[in-house]
Parts: sequence; structure tokens; C-alpha cells
Amino acid sequence: MSSFDKTLEIRSSPHILSGNSVSHIMLHVVLALLPVAAFACYAFGLTALLSLCGATLACVGTEHLLCRLNHKPTTVGDWSAAITGLLYGLTLPPGLPLWMIAIGGVIAIVLGKAVFGGLGQNPFNPALVGRAVLQAAFPVSMTTWPVAMAEGRFSGLPNSLLTLPFMTPRYDGVTAATPLSAWKFDHQLASTSDLALGFTGGSLGETCALLILLGGLYLAVRRMLNWRIPVAVLATVAAFTAILHWSDPARYAGPQFHLFSGGLMLGAWFMATDMVGSPMTHLGCAIYGVVIGVLTVLIRVWGGMPEGVMYAILLGNALVPLIDNLLQPRVYGTARKKKGVAA
Amino acid sequence: MRSSPHSKTFAHGVHPPECKDDTSALPIRQFPFAPVQVVPLLQHLGKPAIAEVAEGQEVVRGQRIARPDGFMSVAMHAPVSGVVQRIGLAPAISGRMEPAIFVRPFPGSTQEPAQGRPVDARTATPEQIIAAVQEAGIVGLGGASFPTHVKLKLPDGKRGDTLLINGAECEPYLTADHRVMLEHAADVMAGIPFLLKATGTERAIVCIESNKQDAAAVMRAAIPPGQPVSVEVLPVKYPQGAEKMLITAILGREVPSGGLPIDVGTLCVNVATCAEIGQLLPRGAGIHERVLTVGGPGIRKKGNYRVPIGTPLRFLLESVGYEPDLTRVFLGGPMMGQAVSSLDIPVTKGTTGVIGFTARETGNVAEQREHPCIRCGYCLEACPIFLNPSMLGLLARNEQHQRMADDFHLMDCFECGSCTFVCPAHIPLVQHFRISKRAVRRAKAAGK
Repeated sequence: MSSFDKTLEIRSSPHILSGNSVSHIMLHVVLALLPVAAFACYAFGLTALLSLCGATLACVGTEHLLCRLNHKPTTVGDWSAAITGLLYGLTLPPGLPLWMIAIGGVIAIVLGKAVFGGLGQNPFNPALVGRAVLQAAFPVSMTTWPVAMAEGRFSGLPNSLLTLPFMTPRYDGVTAATPLSAWKFDHQLASTSDLALGFTGGSLGETCALLILLGGLYLAVRRMLNWRIPVAVLATVAAFTAILHWSDPARYAGPQFHLFSGGLMLGAWFMATDMVGSPMTHLGCAIYGVVIGVLTVLIRVWGGMPEGVMYAILLGNALVPLIDNLLQPRVYGTARKKKGVAA
Repeated sequence: MRSSPHSKTFAHGVHPPECKDDTSALPIRQFPFAPVQVVPLLQHLGKPAIAEVAEGQEVVRGQRIARPDGFMSVAMHAPVSGVVQRIGLAPAISGRMEPAIFVRPFPGSTQEPAQGRPVDARTATPEQIIAAVQEAGIVGLGGASFPTHVKLKLPDGKRGDTLLINGAECEPYLTADHRVMLEHAADVMAGIPFLLKATGTERAIVCIESNKQDAAAVMRAAIPPGQPVSVEVLPVKYPQGAEKMLITAILGREVPSGGLPIDVGTLCVNVATCAEIGQLLPRGAGIHERVLTVGGPGIRKKGNYRVPIGTPLRFLLESVGYEPDLTRVFLGGPMMGQAVSSLDIPVTKGTTGVIGFTARETGNVAEQREHPCIRCGYCLEACPIFLNPSMLGLLARNEQHQRMADDFHLMDCFECGSCTFVCPAHIPLVQHFRISKRAVRRAKAAGK
């Protein structure tokens, strides 16, 4: 008998894997966001391109630097910092000074993600943490909205974008209220088709609802986001605002206005669905979506600010551990009722 | 030929690539005898059999060479006519050395299997059938190796109404049960009356996944007139061949946590086990060979072989040939199969397949870097018994074994591997759970 002189590996089963990976999922989220980013560049010109690149670079660079400082292999390759950067950039008003963008990006990664232990540990959506800090620190710049489709947007850059660090920006172009603040403060209603197609003012990436929907549907079909979250968010907002509108059409805008205005589409499809910050069970995801929807409408209609998606999602994120704990799946072969476990 | 418009199946589960086309059309072929057949005395869950032959003694193929040690044990039979070379230790798949009987074949023997006292399903009492099953050395051939007679002896006060004959064969690469159903349909049908009579159950359902429509057709045609036997075709999904999943898929019943199928009036027997009973009991013979799939990209002459029990893997692999970059060999399918540490391990009654992977397949898995859990929830959707593998994985990392068992039903996990299969972060979830389960069992034993 000839001798078999092979070294065999001993591994515990399973010996095959599905082939899916974290970086694969994250990369597809980036791909789904690219049309939205492209439209932002079309609507706001070079400003958008520079802002998005700046935001993404700030996040990816911070992530890389932190890994280096900790003497760990860089985690930039998992694409999650790139998503954070791109999403963060898309939530910013066009023409925001680059130095503010950079600060927010660093904060998104450091305070939103790294202090909790990095990928998978962050309770809040890092992109929104970055944006929330900017909103608190620079309330005027964060609510000054240069108009979309401005003349000469591809040939020049607004002064405000290139403001020197720690200087107050000067806005030289035409600015206008976003549809949500126009409604809230002046009671002017934008047309639904303008909102859906993105010919209105607003943050870089939130204007074209249709492209956001397209990217979101792509991820939902590939099971890279849980469709129950956006569906629950949007259905709740639609139902809630429909009731309000029906009770007093003059005071409350209708559901089609609320669905397509502000950051709701981007938030519902790309922010709330961040896997790390959302519940793990289907029922949990639905409840989480409803909570975000209700909070959004409460802030928009009765709050001091015209837009509330960001805070609604951050508050929703905060509820996730509780939701997950109360909704542990019922284990096969056990009684239906199952109490939550003390965390 | 679907039995019903509604697809019967269980919730959750995964769809690994089936990889059955290489061998599913290949008829069962008899495998030659190795220069030395190594018959371990422990090939089942329970106590090892007691050898009743001496070194140098001549044995006949099929002759009993070890008797059961109590009820949780079965007999062993000689896989070949020859002489007992020695009784000593041989490596087992568990990684330990286990006592075994080494038999050297006689080259000139006719290898006619020995026969004993026949048992007739019509005239034998349930007790006689159960004793005959133990005497024939039959264990679950689906991989679990649980002594079949123990399963047939219902606990006091329990009654069964349905016997499920498990032909799901949901593991990728494996096609042995498929071939048994195609080529030994009569044996399966002969085995069913023994099982029904021994357990007092009223009806039997042969359960087959829809990627084996030909087997379903053959089985339907083989049902003798008047027999309470039917065939159900299930959509393909892993792990449908697991007892609990099959019971839920076919009958909609849920086996209680920590309970047995009989608690919901059901018994599951693997189709190959049923075929062996139907073949062996009427001749009074014992199990001395089994059908298994030898396949995978690392194997040259892939096929379904009737392999004598105790054939060392080294002989088996050299006979069928292997690719030069063969790097991993495991017994059973790729989802639950155990990787072999030594090629001196013999084929036992529980070996459903011998699958070889090359560096191509294993490299893909090894290169995947482990990420932190991103809470995607894929594992919750995959787990067929609705555990929270993500949470269990976190607890396992912190060695909170007891808490995993107390609060998160760790001990219900039957290690199907679906969670690890889907995990995009490549966290070895089921591997962690195996370690934790062992720690919990050890702590329990120490606490007594």
C-alpha cells in the first residue's frame, strides 16, 4: 500500500459558507447610494462633489488613523466608514464650509463609532451623530440652503464652501427655504412632483426621492436591508399625516408632501436601516419603524424645527436594545409566552 | 407529481448549493475489502459492544463478533470472512483511540454472508422485532448513530400515530439515500411493517425533498397495496432532514424543548436504516456494510458505494483516487460532517459520506477574515429552532456558558451550522456553541 503523506486540515463544520461578507454588504450600500450622490452633483454642481468627497475622506481617513494609532490592521476595507462618510455628506446642506464638514466627519467616526468599540458596537448611526453635532454647533450654517439647479453651479464654487477654518461663512449665492420650512413658517406648499424628482432645496442627498427609493428597493431585493423598517416608517408617517390633514387640511400638509419632503426618504431607506443600529427581529424592526415615523411627524408638526427625521432615528436607535430584549424570538418547542431577559 | 399545492416545509433554514449532480445518477457499486478491516466496538451512541471473538479466530462475513452490552448497545458483525488479526485500539472520529476488532480477509473465501434466524413482520411480536433490530446491530444510518431499537421501544405510556421515513437527505453532496430509494425501494417497503408493528403506529410517510422526484416516483410505485404508507415531497431546504424540522414540515407539530419526537406521537427513521431492517431481519443477518457517497471536488472516482463497515479511509481514498491538492476530508455532508484527523479512521455505521475538499474550496473559507457582528439578523432568520445566535455568540465570546443555556436555550441547538453558513462577519457561531454546550454539560456533571 502506498503511503498517503498528506497533511489534512481539521476544522469544525460547516465546511462551506454562503459567500456573503460584511464588506460585500457594505459595498452594495455604497453602490445603491451612488445614483443619489450623482444626482446631488447634478443638482448642486461642484459644491456637492467637493462636499461629498470631503465628508467621505474625513470619515475614511479618521477610521484609518484610529486603526493605526491602536496598532490594529486598518478596517477601511470593510467599506463601513465609506458609507458613514457618504451618508453623512448627503445629509449636509450644500455650501457648508469644508472645515465644518471635516469636523463633523471626524466626530461621526470618533464619537459615533470608535468610542463604542468600532463597527458593530455603535448604538447610534455614526453619520447622524456627526450631523447632530454640527446642527448644535453651527445652527445657522446648517439651516442655510442655497437653491438647487443654480446657474453656474458647474463652473464656480460658492464662497461659503471654502471659508477658512473657524471663520463664519458668507453666502453669496441665492438661498431659499426648504419645502418643509417654507410650509412650517410661511405655509407655502411645494408640488409633489418637484419633491419626488428633486427640484427643490434641501440637503445634498435628500432631494430626489425617486432615486433614493430605487437604491433602497435594490438593497431590499438583495436582502441587504430589512424592508420592514422603511415600510413601517413611511406607512406610519403617511397614516399619521393623513389623519391630521383630514382633520384640518388648512393647517396640516397632506401625506404626499410629508413623504417626499425633507430627509424622510433617505432616512427611512438608508439611515434607519443601518444594521448595527436597528433591531434584529422582524417584529422589532416594524415597531422601530413605527416609532421613528411617529417621532418624525411629532417633531415636524409640533416641534420647533421644520425637520425631525434625524432626531427621530437617533431616538429610535436608543430604543433598539430595549426592543431587542423584549422581543427575543420564541424558541422552537417552547411555550408562546416568553419574557424578556434582564440585560 | 407534487403531493399538494401547498409546499410543506419548516420555518427559517438555509439553501446551500446542492452539489448532488456528480453522484446522484451513479448506481451503487460494491466496494472491495481492505487488507485489514477495522471494526470499532463503539459505532453508536451508548455503551461499546463486548468482543466475543479471540485473536486468531476465523470469522464468517456477517457473523456476530461482538455482543451488545446492555440495552444502550448493539451487536457488531464481521464485515468480511477472514481471521481476527488482533483486538486493539484504533483512532476514531472523536479524536480518541477506541477498541476495535481487526479482521484480515481470506483471499479465497466466497464471502457469502452468514444468515441467522429469520424474523417475519407478520408473526413476530413487537418485543421480538426490537430484540432482532438490536441483534442485527442497526443504528441510525442518517449520521446520528442512535441505536434504532432504543428508539422503537417507546417509553411507558407513550403512543405514536405516525412513522416518518426520512429520505430528505438535505446535506449537499450526499446522494446515498437517494440511490437507496431508487435501487432498494422493496427493502424500504419491507422494513416499514417491522417498524410499524414494533411501535404500534398506524401509518408511515416517506419524506423526500423535491430534488429527488425520481425517488419519490419509485417509492410511490413500490408501496404494496393495502399498506398504510404514503410519500410526501418537500421543497428543498436545509436542515429539513433533522428530525424536529421534518416533523414540523410534514405534520405541523413541534417537538417540545428537551423532548423526543414520540412526545408528539411521531417517530423518525432514516430511509437507509429502514431499508437495512427490511433486508436483514427476514434473513436473520446483521449489518456489515452500508451505502455511502464518496464525493467532493477532491475525489476522483466519485460515486455511491456499498462499503464494508471498518474500511479504513486510507484504503478508501487510495481506491477511488484523490486530487493532489486534497486538503480536507470529512465524514458526512459539508454542513455537519466531521473533519478527519487520521486516515486510519474506519468507515462506521454512521458514515453517510466521505467528502474531500481541495485547497480551492477550503481556501475560500479560510481566507475570510472575522469581523465584529454587525447585527444583520441573518442568523436569526436562518436558525430553524429560532434561537438568537448573534446574542449566543456574544455570550460565548465572554464564556457565559451557563447564561447561554439558562436564558437563551443553548442546549436546544442541534448544531446544524446554518448560522455560521450565513454569517457575513464569518463568526464561527456554531463552533462556539459546541464548546459552550460541552462546558455546560461538564459543569452539570461536576455539580452532581
